[in-house]
Amino acid sequence: MNETLNLLVGMAMGLNLLALGSGRLPTLIRTVALQGMTLGIMPLLIEPRFEWPVVLVSFATVVGKGWIIPSLLRRAMRTANIDREIEPFIGFVPSLLLGAGGTIAAVALSRALPLLPEHAGSMLVPGALASVLTGFVLLIGRTKAISQVCGYLILENGIYLFGLLLIQATPLLVDAGILLDVTVGVFVIGIIVDRIQRAFDSLDTRKLTVLRE
Amino acid sequence: MNSLLLIFIPFAGALLAAAWPSDRTRPWLLPIVGLAHTVIVLCLMVSPQAVDPASWIAFDPLARAVLPAVSILFLCCAVYGVYYLRLRPERPNRVFVSMLLTVLGLLSAGHQSRHLGLLWMSTEAVTLASVPLIHFNGTPRAFEATWKYLLVGGTGIALSLLGSFCLGYASLRGGGSGDLTFTALMSQGSRLSQPWVLTAWVLLLIGYGTKMGLAPMHTWKPDTYGEAPGIVGAMLAGGVTTVAFTAILRVHAVLVASGNGLIADRTLIGLGLLSMFVAALFLLGTRDFKRMLAYSSVEQMGVLSIGAGLGGAGLWAALFHVWSNSLTKGSLFLSAGNIRRAAGARTTDEVSGMSTLTPRSALLFVTGMFAITACPPFGPFFSELLIVRTGFASGHAVASGLFLGCLFLAFIGLTRLVFAIVDGRPRAESRAAGKRFPETAGMILPSVVLLALSLWLGLFTPEILRHAWSAAVSQLFPSS
Repeated sequence: MNETLNLLVGMAMGLNLLALGSGRLPTLIRTVALQGMTLGIMPLLIEPRFEWPVVLVSFATVVGKGWIIPSLLRRAMRTANIDREIEPFIGFVPSLLLGAGGTIAAVALSRALPLLPEHAGSMLVPGALASVLTGFVLLIGRTKAISQVCGYLILENGIYLFGLLLIQATPLLVDAGILLDVTVGVFVIGIIVDRIQRAFDSLDTRKLTVLRE
Repeated sequence: MNSLLLIFIPFAGALLAAAWPSDRTRPWLLPIVGLAHTVIVLCLMVSPQAVDPASWIAFDPLARAVLPAVSILFLCCAVYGVYYLRLRPERPNRVFVSMLLTVLGLLSAGHQSRHLGLLWMSTEAVTLASVPLIHFNGTPRAFEATWKYLLVGGTGIALSLLGSFCLGYASLRGGGSGDLTFTALMSQGSRLSQPWVLTAWVLLLIGYGTKMGLAPMHTWKPDTYGEAPGIVGAMLAGGVTTVAFTAILRVHAVLVASGNGLIADRTLIGLGLLSMFVAALFLLGTRDFKRMLAYSSVEQMGVLSIGAGLGGAGLWAALFHVWSNSLTKGSLFLSAGNIRRAAGARTTDEVSGMSTLTPRSALLFVTGMFAITACPPFGPFFSELLIVRTGFASGHAVASGLFLGCLFLAFIGLTRLVFAIVDGRPRAESRAAGKRFPETAGMILPSVVLLALSLWLGLFTPEILRHAWSAAVSQLFPSS
């Protein structure tokens, strides 16, 4: 069970690098969706018994992260009719190097944090830290609003990975609430993206420079 | 009296507002719900009930010490809101009114949350619910501010979730059950896994510090407060920031219980001083009087953070300061909104002589400015004096000296800007705009009431509030 889980975490970490290297918005959105679905399956692997609430959260995650959120983003992209190429602040090669360095640092850092015996050998902590770092690189290093939202989603995915360590301890109500919050959050972001597009006729956040000291 | 009513009444009001057909009468729901909320809060404050330690949500001593201030602030803003929305008939207010009520409900939930996950959910939901409030004006600048608010606030709040999980894992690793109620975490004390507790503290401090607006995570604040309507600024500065502050207080108590009190205190004092210093520098430079209020708010958050870092007596003073800051800041935001509307602009390059165009608001604005810069005899003077005295008494002489220096710089910055706005001859453009927005009683009185309450708080701090603050301190530091 642990091996399968680690395989999936490794896949999510690979998808991080793919997200950092992708030069087109649809690819980036698809990568984030795939990562979300990978994450959604994990609770089923961790919880050994078949329990309805876990299945429900797992299903909701797969649908939410894999289908609802990406289709919201795609719709925003279509209505905004934006150029599909991603223009980076931080180039693709430097982003990839940062991502790879971050992944190595995450593995090293997680050695310093003591784990429970049943989590020993699990890749969840390094996977979580690497995803959080990847999310930050995308948030800082991309200029289009939608690619920044994708960065935010990868950051959230990292936190979700970490949350899996606690899945047996925290009531699922909390997990469900968190998932709901994230979905509503992306929905609200989608609306704002739409308004920014109408107000500025662009989704290039470099144009949002009126407010500064 | 059930404290859950504090959450459900505003939510019911929000639903009603969403269904209410008329744009003209809908805003009256704000003061009606606000009044009900204040009455219930005051009843609960007067007759506190025993709290089940394991409960996830309760009107516990900390909520009792802070939530009434938020409720009173909301009531005054709500009255102002009725008259404000009357001036804006061209914009539909359905979403605005219902979201403002939702924010009140979520603030009540956040202040009463005794569970880390629940607290996180309420804070995140407040962030999202306030988004439509910020871009109410619908200008491109407002959307720019909203985007920055969402992105910076969203990232911060995400990190605080990660911090919450780390604290949960600290409990699991330490042999606990991973129960995320603050009572359970505090009772586990030094058995919590130390590396995880410290990781959690860093992440939670960054996360809730972003929401509070501590430097260097304050960057969303000037944009948001500058573009949002006055009542929204008042609620953000006096209500939303206090939820983040109480969140930090609750986590800080866990840190103290786990034996890391010294580190936690030092980081709070350090961040507080940095916030005060950064705010003072920007206050000396800015030319925009709504952004000025934002930097002043960053400064006040620094004051709170330093107070909280000074231990029991400092915490008591910080809770006092939550009250004086919420009331005074509320008054300032409302009078600044009046001036901004009548002047049609916000920077010293375009605005001057407002004492002849809007004499009452200008008087309130100047008085409020003196109050917030800790001039006697208003609330902030007494609460900040107490923090400084605690600082010197507890051997933090350098920090207290820097604290006073930053207050002085901020005073220079604020007076410079406020008098540039108020004095002199009004501009021709402002004269035309000023005629369209006369000062009515509904736009002046809420600000007067808030300022009067701040004065009353300073001169005659009521015994019941002193008790409430002491009870909150002994909730957070049970051993002392």
